[in-house]
Amino acid sequence: MTGKDRGGAEVVLRLSGITKRFGALLANDAISFDLKKGEVIALLGENGAGKTTLMNILFGHYTADTGTVEVFGRSLPPGHPRAALAAGVGMVHQHFTLADNLSVLDNILLGTRPLFSPRLGKAAARARVNGLARDFGLAVHADARVGTLSVGERQRVEILKALYRDARILILDEPTAVLTPQETTALFATLTKAVALGLSIIFISHKLHEVMEISSRVLVLRHGKLVGEVETARTDRHRLAEMMVGAEIAAPKVAERMPGPALLTLKGVETPRRGNAPGLKGVELELRAGQITGLAGVSGNGQSALAALIGGLESPSAGRMDLAGDGGADWSPRAAIAAGIARIPEDRHRTGTVADFSLTENAILESYARAPMSRRGWMDWRAAEGFAQAIIDTYDVRCPGPSARIRLLSGGNMQKLILGRVLEAGPRIILANQPVRGLDIGAVTFVHNRLIAARDAGAAVLLISEDLDEVTALSDVIHVIYEGSLSPGFPRGTKTPAELGLWMAGQGFREAGHAA
Amino acid sequence: MRLEPIANPGLARRVGLPVVALALTVIAASLLALLAGANPFATLGLILSGAAGSKFALLETLNRATPLIFTGLAAAVAFRARLWNIGAEAQLYAGAIVTVLLGTGALGLPAALLLPLLALAAMLAGAAVLLGPVLLKTRLGVDEVVTTLLFNFIMLLFVSYLLEGPLKDPMGMGWPKSAALIPEARLPRIVTGLRLHWGFALALLAAAAVWVLQTRTTLGYEIRAVGLNAEAARFAGIPVGRVMVKTALLSGGLAALAGFSEVAGLKGNLTLDLSPGFGYAGIIVAMLALLNPLGVVLSAIFVAGVFVGADSMSRAAAVPTYIADILTATALLTMVLALRLTHARVRWR
Repeated sequence: MTGKDRGGAEVVLRLSGITKRFGALLANDAISFDLKKGEVIALLGENGAGKTTLMNILFGHYTADTGTVEVFGRSLPPGHPRAALAAGVGMVHQHFTLADNLSVLDNILLGTRPLFSPRLGKAAARARVNGLARDFGLAVHADARVGTLSVGERQRVEILKALYRDARILILDEPTAVLTPQETTALFATLTKAVALGLSIIFISHKLHEVMEISSRVLVLRHGKLVGEVETARTDRHRLAEMMVGAEIAAPKVAERMPGPALLTLKGVETPRRGNAPGLKGVELELRAGQITGLAGVSGNGQSALAALIGGLESPSAGRMDLAGDGGADWSPRAAIAAGIARIPEDRHRTGTVADFSLTENAILESYARAPMSRRGWMDWRAAEGFAQAIIDTYDVRCPGPSARIRLLSGGNMQKLILGRVLEAGPRIILANQPVRGLDIGAVTFVHNRLIAARDAGAAVLLISEDLDEVTALSDVIHVIYEGSLSPGFPRGTKTPAELGLWMAGQGFREAGHAA
Repeated sequence: MRLEPIANPGLARRVGLPVVALALTVIAASLLALLAGANPFATLGLILSGAAGSKFALLETLNRATPLIFTGLAAAVAFRARLWNIGAEAQLYAGAIVTVLLGTGALGLPAALLLPLLALAAMLAGAAVLLGPVLLKTRLGVDEVVTTLLFNFIMLLFVSYLLEGPLKDPMGMGWPKSAALIPEARLPRIVTGLRLHWGFALALLAAAAVWVLQTRTTLGYEIRAVGLNAEAARFAGIPVGRVMVKTALLSGGLAALAGFSEVAGLKGNLTLDLSPGFGYAGIIVAMLALLNPLGVVLSAIFVAGVFVGADSMSRAAAVPTYIADILTATALLTMVLALRLTHARVRWR
């Protein structure tokens, strides 16, 4: 059924009537669309709208209840990732599937040849990988160990992996969630080249400006249904946002406010290096009550070290950390919680939650040892469930119930539970490390409003983000972090994004270094 | 080949697969019996009647299950926290040594006082044996699989030394065995005249206690959190190292109770063949029970039944008792597979 329709371009992929149920949840409801040669279509939708499920069906990870997938006119047998691969469908997942201890080349070759073939033919493979890298503008060193690469470079390896397997259709699941603005620009350049070379791309995202920039057509999913299909040129961000959540969204409003006293002060703080991550170098920082302090910077410049320090996982090796009167003698996660620090971790799957625990068990992770959750060593599960239910109600966590396992929840709902867990105690300081990474617009707005509300109620907020727009929109004061050093604080509106970008690239630091 | 998860497996799947597993186990055993030149049905019948065919047989099976419940619980508790205690054998012997040290006349107390004291002392000894490996793990990151496994051999040689030296029974005609326990240090029988002793009741109590601990107590919550995601647990402020140590002490103590119960309930003295691998079999018992403490009781009785039944069968038919090892091993493999397949279906190609 290789059809020539609309505009004459060849249809390379056709989904017809895909329906998938998980128990009572209808994840995909009779979804049909075509992908044409040389086209980028964006799949837009909130978390839990069914985007990832749909792509997993297309790629053969799940079997659809009904419906068919046709690639280049031939229908794919359901449930066979190898068939999808062989037909020329390549997928770059949100969470990379690379072996850290192997080289880039070995990662690309992994699985492409028999395990026990006597000769690997690496020279030819290397030439081919380098050729692909050149054609598509994917600069990576073939012999570099993947463990030493940045997130952006790893993503390039993933794309190369798909191209090496002759993918003609590329599926990118939230590819920009982990990238800096510069890396995103580079990725888009690659995608543009790929399309010019006749590839077709499905781009899954909920960042509207990216969708507007890269796609030619937008499909909007909501609650498992395809609710809209528009030419990108004939729509705008506002209309897409409305289609996506079913209502208009307002940008966060931050009213000017006089900051209160400093609740946490760092004076000349240093922490040791951890593997590839730099430690902190002579950091001076003040978190004041009623103020959002933003931390901008390119990924891997010491953000994790600062978060680990304030979160209680790390103690300063030099310098002082003062907590509004408290010296913090035995610094630990528990001490941080006791000091009224709410910690929103960077990775909600690995550090924020226990996947196989219920919502209740996850809700009490930080408070389980205190009354009313536990008394004299005995758990009070009724109190714990009541606590979880209160969070579910207050923070609008969509879930089957407090006893459901948290791994069933979407990222946004997981984050809402974490927010509830740390904010219910009425914290004095909030450490928000990448609080909206990978979340959809609805959840982003929710999280931002909660942070602003906490600030207005007098909490000191430290917002760590690699998204400069987010930092500038929310922060009263912005610091830039670069190789473990902190810039001076820039009050709201005193620096343009371009000026901050120069600091992020390390310029101001070198000058300051010369001056000192 | 790959697995596709099933959200809500049906009744047919949940009951049918274990039945298939059992059938496969029986078929494997039948083939072996055929190979040994015996009638497979008669052989299986003999195993069954040897394990549960009479009151005597049944009590014998429960007797044999007793140490397996303790070592099974030891493994189940530790594995829950992802602490791989392979050293239940060493902890069992530690418990036995202390029972003999204190129970052969060193303490002249009435049974009601002496028995709890012996049990407690045995638990402390077993806990102490595991303390070294767990501290090496939490402080220095030394792999506990290696240290606990090697401790088994050290302990066995130590027992051998004790039985040839300080603990050797002066009245033992030169045999490497310890002196006999005083009557006050013996666990009485539950039914007079039959071999089943109160150690079995203690094992049931221990299983119930571990279940309560895991589901109702703060420590149980901590242990599960550490086992399921240590990084998240540490971030949330759960003292991961301390939880590991507490888990180890509990696990070692439970394994040591097997030694106490075998010496005080069954043997009455310490010999080198006190445990025919109860420590290792405990791992199988725990895995078969999916680490559920109440399931440990059932799987221990099953494993014990196979061994007792095979012993009695080999006396009647000329089939070697090794069939018991193969039966339990096949049962474990097929059961683990069946349980995996209950929640996932296989897609070929």
